[in-house]
Amino acid sequence: MKIAIASGKGGTGKTTLSVNLAVFLSETYKTNNIVLIDLDVEEPNSGLFLNGKLISSESKYRMIPKWNPEKCTLCGNCQKVCNFHAVLKLGKKIAVFNELCHGCYACSELCPTGSLPMVKEKMGELKQFEVGNINFIESRLDIGQEQAVPLISQTIDFVENQFDDDSIFIYDSPPGTSCPVIEATKDADIVILITEPTPFGLHDLKLAIETMDELKQEYAVVINRANIGDDSVEKYCKERNIQIIAKIPNDRKIAEIYSKGELIYKQIPEMKEELKKIGKYIFEMKNGEKR
Amino acid sequence: MKEIVVISGKGGTGKTSITASFAYLGADNIVVADCDVDAADLHMLLEPDFAKSEDFYSGEIADINQDLCIKCGECANVCRFNAIPIIDGQFVVNQLNCEGCGYCARICPVNAITNLDNNVGKWFISTTKLNSIMVHARLGIGAENSGKLVAKVKNEAKRIALETKKDFVLVDGSPGIGCPVVSSLSGASFVVIVTEATVSGLHDMKRVYELVKKFNLKAGCIINKYDLNLDVSTEIKSFLKAENIIHIANLPYDESFTRAMVEGKTIVETKKDKNNNLKSIIIDSWNKIKEETN
Ligand code: SF4
Ligand code: SF4
Repeated sequence: MKIAIASGKGGTGKTTLSVNLAVFLSETYKTNNIVLIDLDVEEPNSGLFLNGKLISSESKYRMIPKWNPEKCTLCGNCQKVCNFHAVLKLGKKIAVFNELCHGCYACSELCPTGSLPMVKEKMGELKQFEVGNINFIESRLDIGQEQAVPLISQTIDFVENQFDDDSIFIYDSPPGTSCPVIEATKDADIVILITEPTPFGLHDLKLAIETMDELKQEYAVVINRANIGDDSVEKYCKERNIQIIAKIPNDRKIAEIYSKGELIYKQIPEMKEELKKIGKYIFEMKNGEKR
Repeated sequence: MKEIVVISGKGGTGKTSITASFAYLGADNIVVADCDVDAADLHMLLEPDFAKSEDFYSGEIADINQDLCIKCGECANVCRFNAIPIIDGQFVVNQLNCEGCGYCARICPVNAITNLDNNVGKWFISTTKLNSIMVHARLGIGAENSGKLVAKVKNEAKRIALETKKDFVLVDGSPGIGCPVVSSLSGASFVVIVTEATVSGLHDMKRVYELVKKFNLKAGCIINKYDLNLDVSTEIKSFLKAENIIHIANLPYDESFTRAMVEGKTIVETKKDKNNNLKSIIIDSWNKIKEETN
């Protein structure tokens, strides 16, 4: 069962929900293996809230061409076939601009002399932790790497190979509606969209919903900081028949607990009640009682 | 003409609300650029009129002509992005996966594949409720290349500022550390980092500052919700000191920011801000930023 926690806008409580939900589920539904994966590889934060034991760490690579001058005839074919202008013939040299390269292999495989072999370039680090009985996976993009998608997709592959299909996977997704979030949510069984009841929140929720509709994904909504704004999000969900599964209260105390990197539901009983609702929803989905 | 870029690393720190307040204070002496094209919210506070709108194309997307296709499967073979699945016995392009590298079209033995221009969104030139010019955009669903759209928005804003002899371009930057924020930062005269006094706020600002450093840019920082966690605030301040980042201001945790937003107003316009406490801090900050860019 794969659950992606996402939102159009950043800072609406994705990480708070992911982390609290993962720990709550692991304590409440003990027979299930819980795997939490931080896919916000540009700014991974889940780990700040978990005191895990490091199990393994590995570098993740992407493939880029590297020029080998020996047999090169300077025919310029590589420059011609690269749609991203990542290979340029500069005088008697072939230059590769790594940050522009998408790793399509065209220049390499279409070079008549085999002078552009693909080589590994490090793009980030994947770490596996044990937190109580939760498996926690964090991937972190190296500063200066501009493309999050390859790392997200390798992280999902790693997780799917490593853990039993019967586990509960919680993906803390990146913000936005562009490629990274698509990569993180497209294979999920259900997407939980978290939003705030404000004009910004509603606007970005609508974008997120459009994205999920495009992907033909199932989704439900959690409202964070309920009561801070207006009722436009609730009205919108009601009109569109979108289920709101929980409402996390607005409380300065919650913000303070969050600011310290601590778990909220352990100190705020109302939060635990809301997590119970989400847990129930997830298990009803898992057992096929709901569609 | 100076270019001020507001970024945050983490979402939800108040970046857009603060940028909108600066836009209000700068009035028509600035051109506003909303480079947070993935979750563009600034327009809700500045009410641009969307007067001029244009489609934005970036890159290409493969298209297979089924009448010509001989089903050899070469295209799917060379595609590294799993973008050519077989559906109902036909090789088709998965538009969300296609990166537009054009490799398949080059090697198709019967030339059944063409590359179509990829529409990734729309961009706009507007007049705001403050009578200033704003350049903004709307990225298409699942579109890639938001870095290029960001660059477009920024360059247009700069062009207009130069032509109309404005003193400032004010940029609401993108979150994260990837391609869009790299495009937002390039060419900045001064970077304003809006962070919050939480462990995540600190963590994310450190990461995004690494990037600012790579570009060798002058930066200042506003600590929002500084009183939420005074220990973290202190840690942020020592980081600023160590890195020579100007500490512009502390803003208290205050829900009037959100209440103003619900009214569609910035904190400098609303009556929800009791004693104009936040307002005066924002005004001081804006003045400081203007000084620093001189
Ligand atoms: S295609 Fe190969 S041989 Fe031709 S210029 Fe490029 S690297 Fe050299
Ligand atoms: S692998 Fe593809 S994107 Fe990279 S340099 Fe070669 S042709 Fe360009």
